[in-house]
Amino acid sequence: MKAWGLAVFALMMGATAVCAELPSECAVAEHLVGPDFGLPRVATAIAQKKLTVLVVGAGSSTLPGAVAKAYPDRLQAALVETLPGVEVKVQADTKPGRTAQAAVKPLIADLASVRPAVVVWQTGTVDAMKSVDPDEFSAALDKGISAAHSADSDIVLLNAQYSPRTESIIALGQYIDHIRWVGLRHEIPVFDRYGIMKLWAELGTFDFVTHTKKLDMAEHVHDCIGRLLAELILKSAKEAPTQGAR
Amino acid sequence: MATAGTTERDLRLDLFRGIALWLIFLDHIPSNAVSWITIRNYGFSDATEIFVFISGYTAAFVYGRAMREHGFLIGSARVLKRAWQIYIAHIFLFAIYLAEIGYVSQTFENPLYTEEMGILSFLQHPDVTVLQAMLLKFKPVNMDVLPLYIILLAGFAPVLWVLIRAPTMALGGSTLLYILMWEFEWNIPAYPEGYWVFNPFAWQLLFVFGGWCALGGAQRLTRWIHSKVTLAAAIVYLLFAFSIAMTWYIPRLAVYVPKIVADVIYPIDKTNLDVLRIAHFLSLAVIVLWLVPRDAQWLKSPICWPAIVCGQHSLETFCLSVFLSFAGHFIFTEISDRIWMQIAVSAAGIAIMVGTAWLLSWYKQVERRGRGPRPPAQMPSLAGGKA
Repeated sequence: MKAWGLAVFALMMGATAVCAELPSECAVAEHLVGPDFGLPRVATAIAQKKLTVLVVGAGSSTLPGAVAKAYPDRLQAALVETLPGVEVKVQADTKPGRTAQAAVKPLIADLASVRPAVVVWQTGTVDAMKSVDPDEFSAALDKGISAAHSADSDIVLLNAQYSPRTESIIALGQYIDHIRWVGLRHEIPVFDRYGIMKLWAELGTFDFVTHTKKLDMAEHVHDCIGRLLAELILKSAKEAPTQGAR
Repeated sequence: MATAGTTERDLRLDLFRGIALWLIFLDHIPSNAVSWITIRNYGFSDATEIFVFISGYTAAFVYGRAMREHGFLIGSARVLKRAWQIYIAHIFLFAIYLAEIGYVSQTFENPLYTEEMGILSFLQHPDVTVLQAMLLKFKPVNMDVLPLYIILLAGFAPVLWVLIRAPTMALGGSTLLYILMWEFEWNIPAYPEGYWVFNPFAWQLLFVFGGWCALGGAQRLTRWIHSKVTLAAAIVYLLFAFSIAMTWYIPRLAVYVPKIVADVIYPIDKTNLDVLRIAHFLSLAVIVLWLVPRDAQWLKSPICWPAIVCGQHSLETFCLSVFLSFAGHFIFTEISDRIWMQIAVSAAGIAIMVGTAWLLSWYKQVERRGRGPRPPAQMPSLAGGKA
């Protein structure tokens, strides 16, 4: 009980800190990062002063030639900043072109070797590009989520990027829906990267259609994604005691 | 609804097919804010169900008559001719699509989208891509409906033959195919990977059901459709679907959905036409039939005319809408995607669809007058519009 109390206190401090320090361009999407479901193992890990996060994903979880600027590393930076005294480690396992089905095996291996408190599973884009049967896609997600839960890890799903230029070529709709439904069914948080980026496009926060070889916009976006993701994880962990582990 | 013996056109079919075409257009412009008004956001089914059902209805109505009057061969030939026309339309749209993505691949690069741009690798093998498109295996985004329509019509002649002679048997066979599809997970492979987005083994059920209704089934259902119990069940189901849909936008509400319910309903399968989607479509249909009697006078009023005229030229309007949704998306990315622009593009698109359909119907009348009267058997369009 004492540990819970401590965790909640630490998190309240932490969450306030995150809210206060979000750069304004990230903060416009803050309301899309709600603590819908709890992350009890994260709460426990923070109380024990050691938080390990595993990011499993495909190409959009990294930036060409600038891994340290991609959102997994930015997530680590944001968590370190908000959780002083907690040993934070974010480990990323990403591979371009990886479908949900193809991610299950490495995910299971990573769960055993990394033993994370929470997994962030970025998925959807490649499955949409390859038009994998949405049913099989859902089944693969189910498999990964059960594996995480039986390895005593929490899990968060992170959906596809909003990509206006390729929207008429890659049909994300069904896959975004299925990720949402899988999240609801397992009562786990979904980080709606698609919705957040779409909001940025609508508000004109970032310009996703301009032709450029430079990394500056991409780095900025990944930084915000990392920060908002940290916020989702911490807010959801705060929810944890009332939700209970599943 | 119309029966085989009725000759006057059932305007409700045209009206709702026209509305379905508009909704499909709005849904097809990626990230279109106006698509929030379309029915898919408030329940399980969307405009595709309406379109496929009404297409089956009119196909059976028009070609059923041809088959009865001129025999199996002539009837089949007409069905196949229509399938061929739609095939040509599909290839035409594919050419426009290729031009669009060719443009994107030439003009866009951004390190944020390294993964997404990988999709354009198929442009390196245009020979294979074009061939696969002609085989209906390569189907770009939002171009899934026409291939479904083509394959449904291509196989329709023998089904129609059975529908005319033993309608219940045809519907039973169709249902059996649907069940077998679920049991054995039948679908047609697509290129480069995956399967058809609209599984024809599943969606044929709505098409054949539409045909069954056209050939007298609707009359047999009248008693059921007009019972208060059915209406109540339909309303309850629509409310249920609506409340489930709300949890998609406000996940916190999901705690009110019992786990057992969530386990049963998810995922709601569009590819294989989930039973929940069929039930949702049927509930909508029951309510529409209650609200809109066949002889409702307002169907002939100018308010309904724009949708009706689109519904009467559905193939042309549909193809135009696919093209317009490409164009609309192009405007969003090249010029502006602010809300006012999205509303303007949506409204302009529908106006162009209505204008073109009006032009087509005007030209058809002119041509008909020029040729003088013909026996009605040769003018199936008088009876129920083109299929």
